[in-house]
Amino acid sequence: MPLCRTAIASLSLWVLLLIGVTTFPMAPQARADEVQVAVAANFTAPMRKIAAEFEKDTGHKTVLMFGTVGKFFAQMKAGAPFEVLVSSDRETPDALLREGLAVEAPRFTYAIGKLVLWSASPGVVDPKGEVLRSNAFRHFALANPRLAVYGAAGQAVMKKLGVWEAIEPRIVTAENITQAYQFIASGNAELGFVAYSQVVGLDGKIASGSAWMVPTDLHPPLPQDVILLTPGKDSAAAKAIIAYLRSEKARAIILSYGYDLPN
Amino acid sequence: MLTGDDVQAILLTLRLAATTVALLLLIGTPIAWWLARTKSRLKGPVGALVALPLVLPPTVIGFYMLVAMGPWGPIGKLSSALGLGTLPFTFTGIVIASVVYSMPFVVQPIQNAFEAMGNRPLEVAATLGANPVSAFFTVALPLARPGFVTATILGFAHTVGEFGVVLMVGGNIPGKTRLISVQIYDHVEAMEYANAHWLAGGMLVFSFLVLLALYSRRKDRVDA
Repeated sequence: MPLCRTAIASLSLWVLLLIGVTTFPMAPQARADEVQVAVAANFTAPMRKIAAEFEKDTGHKTVLMFGTVGKFFAQMKAGAPFEVLVSSDRETPDALLREGLAVEAPRFTYAIGKLVLWSASPGVVDPKGEVLRSNAFRHFALANPRLAVYGAAGQAVMKKLGVWEAIEPRIVTAENITQAYQFIASGNAELGFVAYSQVVGLDGKIASGSAWMVPTDLHPPLPQDVILLTPGKDSAAAKAIIAYLRSEKARAIILSYGYDLPN
Repeated sequence: MLTGDDVQAILLTLRLAATTVALLLLIGTPIAWWLARTKSRLKGPVGALVALPLVLPPTVIGFYMLVAMGPWGPIGKLSSALGLGTLPFTFTGIVIASVVYSMPFVVQPIQNAFEAMGNRPLEVAATLGANPVSAFFTVALPLARPGFVTATILGFAHTVGEFGVVLMVGGNIPGKTRLISVQIYDHVEAMEYANAHWLAGGMLVFSFLVLLALYSRRKDRVDA
């Protein structure tokens, strides 16, 4: 019996090794015409579309990674080979510049985010956001204001309206805007702040549930910058995709997902 | 050094792990007993079900938990009907999630201990006039003691190390669902690496000591 176990153990070890060896060449490897792009979670859907158009138009290949910019920053410091950061803020590109992990140009604001108060159920959020002053909910989803710009913007709105103290005990903190959406979409939080891009339908209206478009004077603006990272400083494909974010096609896609464009 | 929030997260994590292990010993022992002794055709499926958290990514468990415990899910409907409201973002919610998530780490060592014991001790007890219940408590449980110790240590340690599931159903509420692992994640994301190091280093030392205790004990048994 022990012999049999040893045999099985060593066999499975070999199988694992074999899998490891055979799949290794499939790991992402930068080719001359391939660009590694780190993309902020809230820009996932539009970036997929833009990258597809970019590949069609230029013949370059893109490898897209989605996540929070804080995590990307930590990974960059550890030597991650990202060439472009499509950020959800301006602070992270600034921090990357200070650390020498990014280059000065090209860098610009490609989109301006819009904040929305959203519920998955119809009739919960009224068109003026008066629900914020009520006790009609138990859980309010907010992306962590320390980590996510949309979370910080949502917090600013509640403070400006004077409802922060009343709502704070009912807040459930999401790690990022995607998780805030999950909490609300699954009905576990009755409402919360998300990015308009997450809930906009193909017709440019809210796809489901109820929502209040937060007036932009209630919170600091949400500019999203793209920046060239040091590993991509000599890559033509990296510079090309950054330039492409300003193309007519890309701007149309960005608008269709409910972002504003910079002037 | 550790902040007040860090200490709160540590105490909460210990409370969660203790509650989870206590519940799992209560629920897991009958399951382990049944799995060890049954000849039912259901043994395979039930064993596989118990072992699922070993192979499933925590995101899968967390996602299904979030949906199932939500107002439109089966558990959520049940808990609402019982007047408990929905369970995500509550301590009860993460206890339930942890019980599921740490189940195999408690059930399997106990099951192994019961299986290793065989039928003989119980048969002897029966010939000596013990009824099945008292045979279980006076013979089977003491004989399976090493299995219970391993189960307790592994279940506790595994719950302390929980992250993905709690992140998804917890909502990161201080004092209620913000565990050590979530707190470390927050520190790292906010680039507060010094704070992260204190907690992460503590976890590393804790985990090593737990495993050291476990493996040293096993060695003693082999030598004896």
